[in-house]
Amino acid sequence: MSPAPAKKEVVKDDSMWLQKELINRNYHEVATAHETGRKISATFVPGNLNELLMCFDFARRLPETDALQNGMRKKSGKMIMDAEREGHSEDVCTYVKTDLGMMLAGEKGPTGEPMPHPDVLLLSYTGCFTFMKWFELVRQKYDCETVMLHVPYQGDGKINPAMRDYVVKQLKDKVIPTLEKVSGVKFDIDRLRGYMKESAKAEEDLVRVLQSAKQRPSPIDGYFGAVYYIGPIFTAFRGVPEATKYYSVLREEVEARVREGKGPVTPEGDHPGEKYRLVVEGPPNWTNFREFWKMFYDEGAVVVASTYAKVGGVYDFGFRHDPDHPLESLADYCLGCYTNLNFPQRIDMICKYMDEYQADGLLINSIKSCNSFSAGQLLILREVEKRTGKPAAFIESDLVDPRYFSAANIKNRLESYFQMIKQKRAANEVLHRH
Amino acid sequence: MSVRELVKRCEALFDDLELGAVKQWKAAQPGRKAIGYLPIYVPREIVHAAGMLPVGIFGGGDQLEVIQGDAYYQSYICRIPRSTLELGLTGRLDCLDGMLFPSICDVIRNLSGMWQIMFKDKYVKYFDLPQNYDDSTGGTFYIHEMSALRSDLEKLSNKKITDEDLRNSIAVYNDNRRAVRELYAYRAQKPWQAPTSEMYLVLRAGCVLPPEEHTALIRKYLVSCEEQQRPQRDNARVVLTGSFCEQPPLGLIKSIEIAGCYVVDDDFQLCQSMLLEEVPTTGDPLEALSKAFLHRSAQTSSKYDEKKEDKGKHLLRQVKTRGAEGVIFAAASFCDPALLERPMLLEILAKHKIPYTAFKYAENTGQMAPIREQTGTFADSIKLWSAA
Ligand code: SF4
Ligand code: SF4
Repeated sequence: MSPAPAKKEVVKDDSMWLQKELINRNYHEVATAHETGRKISATFVPGNLNELLMCFDFARRLPETDALQNGMRKKSGKMIMDAEREGHSEDVCTYVKTDLGMMLAGEKGPTGEPMPHPDVLLLSYTGCFTFMKWFELVRQKYDCETVMLHVPYQGDGKINPAMRDYVVKQLKDKVIPTLEKVSGVKFDIDRLRGYMKESAKAEEDLVRVLQSAKQRPSPIDGYFGAVYYIGPIFTAFRGVPEATKYYSVLREEVEARVREGKGPVTPEGDHPGEKYRLVVEGPPNWTNFREFWKMFYDEGAVVVASTYAKVGGVYDFGFRHDPDHPLESLADYCLGCYTNLNFPQRIDMICKYMDEYQADGLLINSIKSCNSFSAGQLLILREVEKRTGKPAAFIESDLVDPRYFSAANIKNRLESYFQMIKQKRAANEVLHRH
Repeated sequence: MSVRELVKRCEALFDDLELGAVKQWKAAQPGRKAIGYLPIYVPREIVHAAGMLPVGIFGGGDQLEVIQGDAYYQSYICRIPRSTLELGLTGRLDCLDGMLFPSICDVIRNLSGMWQIMFKDKYVKYFDLPQNYDDSTGGTFYIHEMSALRSDLEKLSNKKITDEDLRNSIAVYNDNRRAVRELYAYRAQKPWQAPTSEMYLVLRAGCVLPPEEHTALIRKYLVSCEEQQRPQRDNARVVLTGSFCEQPPLGLIKSIEIAGCYVVDDDFQLCQSMLLEEVPTTGDPLEALSKAFLHRSAQTSSKYDEKKEDKGKHLLRQVKTRGAEGVIFAAASFCDPALLERPMLLEILAKHKIPYTAFKYAENTGQMAPIREQTGTFADSIKLWSAA
């Protein structure tokens, strides 16, 4: 989830340097894992069982993060085309094709260091059907040991005990024994509890950071900024003490901004001033991330909350990893990820954000690759407009396929959307005066 | 009834987007209820045991003009959810008292929630099928899922579903599956006698007819097929795969045949052939259904293959047992499960030196010429190959 480290001239806080260090170190660990006798795991961001994987000393890869890092470094376009030339359909998720294309192109990771094959694919099947095919494809090509963790969908909008038991049983009977076998390390539940304690602390701080956007002006951007904030906790670092430290430093930084009445940090320094407060649904585009973000802050728009910042865990409604019930808590974590929520839940969540964060409107960035997010988003738009009375807008792009980012179209659409919000606001003011 | 009359009846059922047969069935006895289900697989036995009619919903085909449904979907999403919504929004599914959305893909999954919002007075269930095939794990979960459906339907029908009811329904569907298997075997043996464009309609009739009636219809079709000899052509024998959800238009199936292919196996109506063997009618009925799904069901893109070696086994078996000479991989445009599966299956076919060709379609594809050309060339190349 965490974007590429920014270029030198870009404004950075201490937390950003800490994060950069974490990411680079992780890529290096993966690159050298086999030389140092370590095994490599790969898993997905939603429902990732990082604490569990750490119990087996794995160097940890997250192919989605690799794909987005390649997207930000403008490497994904070629990888996608290479994969399509190999027979992968133009219609399917570009994360998958970036990953396969990266392997085709000589198995170098986004930082240029080697990217060895994983020793185990932990198929956390949470919130996206593509995950299953993705790892089946990798398995077919590289013959990796693969273990499925099927996480049932919240079709009725709730987690029932049978769902939790099913996940826990799979952890006990399949996942843990496989990880033990591949790593040669015996599972120690107290070690897991220790990592989960760290996770819970970091989660608490993350929630404070994300909820700081309820302030006016918001001290953070809850989408473009938040993708940096969620980076460590959604990937290979949840449960690592350095990540816990990162979140406490970040929280202090954000709290200081609140005290000083400051807005978010952008790559070009302080935000020019909050004019529009938005909620965003859908992942960002990575290939033109900076350009995309600039379209918002140039116009004075701040994203106060986003669903994407919940993709690797919905913490702001109270969930914390619970060391006293480790496996059950891992199950609840997987079951509760944003894309594992049903449509009424997703709509409720967005409406709640609109209200609690005093947003002016909802913007949906619809991602061509991602049926999990995108299928049905137009109903979300209608329902949220209907329920909140606030304007919503729809733009389309892709995660890592540069062919689907049309800057001019998106800019136009955004500008007219901001106009619409302004008009609506003016009309409301007139209404209130009379 | 002659083959022609019989096929005509099936075609009328297929064309009737108003679901007249379902309405008729309901009207025959007050209080009857019907439950729709989306593609791939749901245990219809449970719906049947509740005294309800399971109704297969496979989109709107090429006859339905989709207007409202399009307003809910971006251009890069397949067509079946929009035509299904269109059917719902235009009142054509009003005769259904509920809908089941099995776990096929993210599109159908999300549609289940959309249905909850848009059709508030209807029963809606997302039906999660297990991806873990151990009886004590995936089985336990699946039995729970089926029990939830059972008790929901009990509430809806105000009638207890006993184990005996379920066993009877299993027997009814065992018989239906037997008839479907006979039909598949017959077509593989004499594809000129039971062309796929006909057989497809006979199968599709199973979406709206009660299973007992559908079974009888299949058997009648098989009998009447034998009564009239049709010319045998020198066609290539192919397995068609990848069309398990959004259905190709009937014209496309005909085009494949006209172009010189006999389809000798397919995955169009998987729900009817998902369970490969008889389900025991003794013991705990839900356990029996669970075991049948976990251990003796067809492979398809939406189901996880536990081992790398398992990939493509079902397709290879189809090719072998049906004596096919090639495979047509036909998938709906933007169909993630099918299109992500495609490279894996094609690689396996290549390894086994089984010729294949692949194309995409939409349920409303109108231009058949390119597909006819492609399958024609494919059929020719197979014949050349086998002559060499
Ligand atoms: S379909 Fe969406 S959630 Fe799934 S892998 Fe692709 S981008 Fe991620
Ligand atoms: S056609 Fe494919 S992507 Fe579309 S709903 Fe069916 S399975 Fe899902």
